[in-house]
Amino acid sequence: MGTHLPATEFDGTAVDDQREADAEAVMGEPPAQMVQLLGPDGKLGFDPVFTGYAEKLTAEKLRGLYADMAAIRRFDVEATALQRQGQLALWVPLTGQEAAQIGSGRASQPQDYIFPTYREHGVAWTRNVDLAELLRQFRGVSNGGWNPKDTNFHLYTLVLAAQTLHAVGYAMGIQRDQKLAASSAAVVRSDGQDNGAAAPDAAVIAYFGDGASSEGDVHESMVFASSYNAPVVFFCQNNHWAISVPTNVQTRVPLSNRAKGYGFPGIRVDGNDVIAVHAVTEWALEHARQGKGPVLIEAFTYRVGAHTTADDPTKYRESEEEDAWRAKDPLKRLEKYLRAEGLADEAFFAKVKADGDELAAYVRRTTHDLETPDIRSAFANTYVEAHPLVAEELAWFEEYSAGFATEEEPARQAVTAQASQEAGH
Amino acid sequence: MTTMTIAKAINEGLRTALTDNPKSLLMGEDIGALGGVYRVTDGLIGEFGPDRVVDTPLAESGIIGTAIGLALRGYTPVCEIQFDGFVFPGFNQITTQLAKMHARSNGNLTVPVVIRIPYGGGIGSVEHHSESPEALFAHTAGLRIITPSNPHDAYWMIQQAVDCQDPVIIFEPKRRYWLKGEVDVEAPGLAEDPFKAHVLRAGTDATIVAYGPLVPVALAAANAAEEDGRSVEVIDLRSISPLDFDTVTASVKKTGRLIVAHEAPTFGGIGGEIAARISERAFHSLEAPVIRVGGFHMPYPVAKVEEDYLPDIDRILEALDRALSY
Ligand SMILES: Cc1ncc(C[n+]2csc(CCOP(=O)(O)OP(=O)(O)O)c2C)c(N)n1
Ligand SMILES: [Mg+2]
Repeated sequence: MGTHLPATEFDGTAVDDQREADAEAVMGEPPAQMVQLLGPDGKLGFDPVFTGYAEKLTAEKLRGLYADMAAIRRFDVEATALQRQGQLALWVPLTGQEAAQIGSGRASQPQDYIFPTYREHGVAWTRNVDLAELLRQFRGVSNGGWNPKDTNFHLYTLVLAAQTLHAVGYAMGIQRDQKLAASSAAVVRSDGQDNGAAAPDAAVIAYFGDGASSEGDVHESMVFASSYNAPVVFFCQNNHWAISVPTNVQTRVPLSNRAKGYGFPGIRVDGNDVIAVHAVTEWALEHARQGKGPVLIEAFTYRVGAHTTADDPTKYRESEEEDAWRAKDPLKRLEKYLRAEGLADEAFFAKVKADGDELAAYVRRTTHDLETPDIRSAFANTYVEAHPLVAEELAWFEEYSAGFATEEEPARQAVTAQASQEAGH
Repeated sequence: MTTMTIAKAINEGLRTALTDNPKSLLMGEDIGALGGVYRVTDGLIGEFGPDRVVDTPLAESGIIGTAIGLALRGYTPVCEIQFDGFVFPGFNQITTQLAKMHARSNGNLTVPVVIRIPYGGGIGSVEHHSESPEALFAHTAGLRIITPSNPHDAYWMIQQAVDCQDPVIIFEPKRRYWLKGEVDVEAPGLAEDPFKAHVLRAGTDATIVAYGPLVPVALAAANAAEEDGRSVEVIDLRSISPLDFDTVTASVKKTGRLIVAHEAPTFGGIGGEIAARISERAFHSLEAPVIRVGGFHMPYPVAKVEEDYLPDIDRILEALDRALSY
């Protein structure tokens, strides 16, 4: 019964793929095909494709990557402390994921556009987002806090995976821009006039987590990206946990394998190896910018801390697991390498530490000084254009609030007294 | 009688339901080892195992959609949505499938799925964690929607929802999870019918209708008004769909004035539905227009200004004054 699909589309390799996928099932350790250049021992390995990219990293750039990772780890510690002190409502720590974030963020170009989740403080740092602005959201004074147009770093998206579709749509816009630019350049050339420098090719990065990978939006975004060959890099940080749920509830195969099903490359990279992450992301962005279509990168890493400051990991995981991952620490391995190769001296590490303390002090100071918001701005920002219901409610709110301003009495009695007077009771 | 919090009462109610109904099971994100982000399912996976307490992949459409399939196979899934703002990936399954399955099958199929949604603000949280989307669901025929305001109701309502053959959404007032109260685990008593409103406080000058997290606020406002010589009746709606208009109408016929308070925005909200119904049913008894107290027409605002957004005692009293000024 049933009809068979044409052999050209399904030639029997599906069965082999299945066996292969079964064999690759995630069982604790990553399978061998994970791209790793800098191992936990601080020794540099070789990869036929990505070593070429890694070699472009000068000593100065490598020191920069270390300094970046150290800066955001220090920032993470400070933000956690600020939450404990009641200065922030919540904090979402990133410790353990510095290499995944700094490596990928530093591989991006200014013209690229980034869609983060809510944990990409390290990527934000590479995009020159002011970290104090970033804390606005966690202090409860803003739902955004920075203007994405300044940095091409989008707002955090808390509804998991929704941003993956936005990223693909943005990438589709880039494709259209390129076509429009090409056709207008042709027109200009025939006029013999100089069209000025063309905008550089751009790509988009969509960040999401291992947990979010289960959301339908991720599937739809990959379908669209593949269908239109959109210049987008899907960057999945597999940090092994979605709050209390381990990754094997979300997938039985490496997440990077999923790309195959959509028809674009998927690469698993050691997410604690900043050199490999940088190399792989640079390759993927080039691939996308050159019109070769989407890439899925799975950064294999670990959320060393709690999900948020409201979470208690002892409820669901063993501390041995955390210890095992601490041994793969992204900063330590780069430090080992820099020292062994004589690329950084004691003075460098001392400076990194001092800069970290300065950053922490800045963040502490600015957090205390962050504005107290006013609900009037929420009225103002609900719509672009004037809206009569909003105007009516705002007018009511103003009148209502004015009732409190004039009275010394406790609020409730003030209103009651005033209103009952007006009512003639 | 035992004293417990609302969170514990739901936990106990779920335990009883899982024990009494072998075809019931819980599904949701982080409801296993963690016991849910609010610990409402604490300990249940240990007692009932992973087939009855299912830590699902992270996908709300998946949770609701597979729950529908399980229900078609004779099970009664109780789904936890982690926060109000995260129900929407599952909205399609709830409104186009769950709500309509019975009708589409000419009454042949039943899908007794229960969906638990912690809702409402006042917890100082980040966006999407403080919303009150009940009207979006109330507008959909085929769903029943209840919301407890105290531990006794919470304990019984969750079990009644599991017993009900229609899909039921329970909106749980998350900022009251730690509110303590007496629970009679032997008998529901007045909580026999989950779809009936309760008059919590008798009065003659005006009626305040509230539900879920605003019930304690409405009671406090009524007590404050009493100090000023006003006698205010307070009704805990308990059920949003069906809505017990009989109880509200009877109260308004007595008091002549009605205030409806909810955290959800007033525009297009439950308060508007009540106002319209009551003006149809009790027009000649009304001494004043029905006044709604609720959220503004804006996305739920940031934590630092949520006090300006959420209806509080003052806001209810101001509405009461307006009603009494006619
Ligand atoms: C649609 C949706 N459902 C549920 C949540 C609640 N939630 C917030 S974070 C989280 C886990 C996410 O895990 P993962 O995608 O792996 O990212 P990670 O937190 O590990 O960085 C959950 C369930 C949410 N924010 N959005
Ligand atoms: Mg994760």
